[in-house]
Amino acid sequence: MKFLSFKGGIHPPESKEATASLAIEQAKNPQMVIIPLHQHIGAPCQPTVKVKDLVKVGQVIGEAQGFVCAPVHASVSGEVKEVGVRPIGGGRDAVCVVIESDGQFEIDPEIQPPGDYKKMEAKVLVQFIQKSGIVGMGGAAFPTHVKLSPPPDKPIDTVIINGAECEPYLTADHRLMLEAPDELVEGLQIIMHGVNAQKGYIAIENNKPDAIAVMVEAVKEADNIQVVALQTKYPQGAEKQLIDACAGREVPSGGLPMDVGVVVNNVGTTVQIARSFKTGMPLIDRITTVTGSCIKEPQNLLVKIGTPVADLVEQCGGYQETPGKLILGGPMMGLSQDTDELSVTKGTSGVLVFNETEAVIPDPVNCIRCGKCIDVCPIYLMPLMISENALRDRMEEAEKYNAMDCIECGSCSYICPSKRPLVQSIRVAKSSILAKRRKQQK
Amino acid sequence: MEQKLIVSSSPHIRDEGSVTKVMSDVVIALLPATIGAVYFFRTNALILILIAVITAVLAEAAVQKIRKQPVTINDMSAVVTGLLIALNITAAAPWWLPVIGSAFAIVIVKQFFGGLGKNFMNPALAARILLTLSWTGRMTEWVSPGPDMISAATPLSFVKGQMAVPATAPSLFNAFVGNIGGSMGETSAALLLLGGLYLLYRGVIKITIPAIYVGTVAVITLVFSGFDVYFMAYHVVAGGLFIGAIFMATDYSSSPVTDKGQVIFALGCGILTSTIRLFGGFNEGVGFSILLMNVATPLIERYTVPRIYGEVKKQNA
Repeated sequence: MKFLSFKGGIHPPESKEATASLAIEQAKNPQMVIIPLHQHIGAPCQPTVKVKDLVKVGQVIGEAQGFVCAPVHASVSGEVKEVGVRPIGGGRDAVCVVIESDGQFEIDPEIQPPGDYKKMEAKVLVQFIQKSGIVGMGGAAFPTHVKLSPPPDKPIDTVIINGAECEPYLTADHRLMLEAPDELVEGLQIIMHGVNAQKGYIAIENNKPDAIAVMVEAVKEADNIQVVALQTKYPQGAEKQLIDACAGREVPSGGLPMDVGVVVNNVGTTVQIARSFKTGMPLIDRITTVTGSCIKEPQNLLVKIGTPVADLVEQCGGYQETPGKLILGGPMMGLSQDTDELSVTKGTSGVLVFNETEAVIPDPVNCIRCGKCIDVCPIYLMPLMISENALRDRMEEAEKYNAMDCIECGSCSYICPSKRPLVQSIRVAKSSILAKRRKQQK
Repeated sequence: MEQKLIVSSSPHIRDEGSVTKVMSDVVIALLPATIGAVYFFRTNALILILIAVITAVLAEAAVQKIRKQPVTINDMSAVVTGLLIALNITAAAPWWLPVIGSAFAIVIVKQFFGGLGKNFMNPALAARILLTLSWTGRMTEWVSPGPDMISAATPLSFVKGQMAVPATAPSLFNAFVGNIGGSMGETSAALLLLGGLYLLYRGVIKITIPAIYVGTVAVITLVFSGFDVYFMAYHVVAGGLFIGAIFMATDYSSSPVTDKGQVIFALGCGILTSTIRLFGGFNEGVGFSILLMNVATPLIERYTVPRIYGEVKKQNA
């Protein structure tokens, strides 16, 4: 098998040993869930329940506002205790619905399977995905139905399932491929039907030979689906890099995968689609890898959305060292949090806890112009130049060096021997440039 | 949760590389040539090397102390500069020559322009040129290897103005191993090559600049001499081409960071070196060539920004 890849990238330590061979376990049922109504990219939802309401599993508690939005559902049955603004991590606040579980997990009677997807019209199929509150479960949480609704002038012919899981530490998708290969293939077929694509790929990094073998077996019957083995390299799972490796197409600068006729979905999302079509149950739980040097017994857990992070840590044996940093997601692109009093959302692929030594932010020294950041950048940018200009508040120069094309994978900061805050300052440049563009439009 | 967690922008993990490791690798790569210098030129070489390195480190510490900046001598970059200066002077030099060279390189060329990574010229080379122009006699008092330090001409002086290598010149083999007159570190092409291979293996330098620089000099001297391979080989291994191409032209701060820029830079170095050697007034042209191209580096970089991912297709669309 040929291993496909892209130019640039880094090889951070994989650190997946702790959980790669552990089967997915059901997390303990939470007594209380705190469900944010803004878990996705797009507009926040409006609450449809009020304090003292009794809700059932799968019931809508947050209604979508506009097209780029995904409804939020109750993950337990019980009584609504609070509807109010709370911190949801990353320094943001949102309206959250707090539900005290009655432990019964009574399912909302309105939950019904939608029937055979093959007989469904594409539009209806995508609407069902929208209704099910499904978003990208790799971390970004972009509403899936939006991806599956390309404008008529941009037909989709290829669907790629992202099983690269190139973030170190995380093993949620790896386990899902091993444990639910048929559902993954089913989910891919549903997506392909929904966008009328002829070709499907399941792309997996070659550090997961067991998953590759299982998936090759699972797609035996499907002629139009191919398993692609990728070189293990970060950021292999980045959309543009994945499309290049699988389909050999280059997404234009500033463009989207649909511009080259491709839709990319993550493994967790795809399995969720298959499950929702089977049972009618919307997205109310997900697989999360709880790991890191501070976690006593790392695990892959099937977690109800809204479960407090502290509950998961407790179930994994608690902290075995003083925690220094808590990251939701992986170590390369995940968001560090100031507390564990947060809940798991649709995009929480991992809970990673570092000890105090690992958490230390290294002191930057002068750039020595070694050029390593240029070598590793998957977009072929010059991170040192963008960063240098951004740090001096020369945002126009930063823009000339194509700051807006940065995918924020962090490879430049990772490799920098001077420990300079490269991607961090590029983010500042990006938001400054965006703010300026918005101002000019007004 | 009582204790405070550290919050920072991703990525949350970093590679183990550091500036100190990079600079230490360069020192390790210079060790064969340094040991060779001590072997060929004895105690004198050792003393001069120590003087140059110690002066460079002290000068760096002193400037940073005076300017109330953090002292960064632990990053080993001053050691590299000092060592390179020592390897660039003759074993017969008086003790004050490396002192002036190292102090000038560190204080004026490096620290006055912002310190590590900010110098627009290679500090060691700038020092060599300063010394050569100011004390030409002292700097070109070449001696032959061995304890007696008999004055000797550099191999390049034999081929100056010639179209072929005269019979009186030292043998190509002696020039390759370093058993010839010249500055302490430039004489042995073999030992410099060994260091270069180490730097390539460790990923500290790319092969682009050394290969294209040496290659350009080889092609031009070959064509100039009417395809005399011996003449070409003589120009390649004798003189300062190897130390220049491997250790000086690859200096991060004064050479382009872009791949295309490095090609242009190295081509320029090769063309200038050949021109000076074949048609100019000096026997050797490596130092001037690299410094000239150093000055052109910001311009080269400006015009060689790489095509970003997805850029061309956007223009076609």
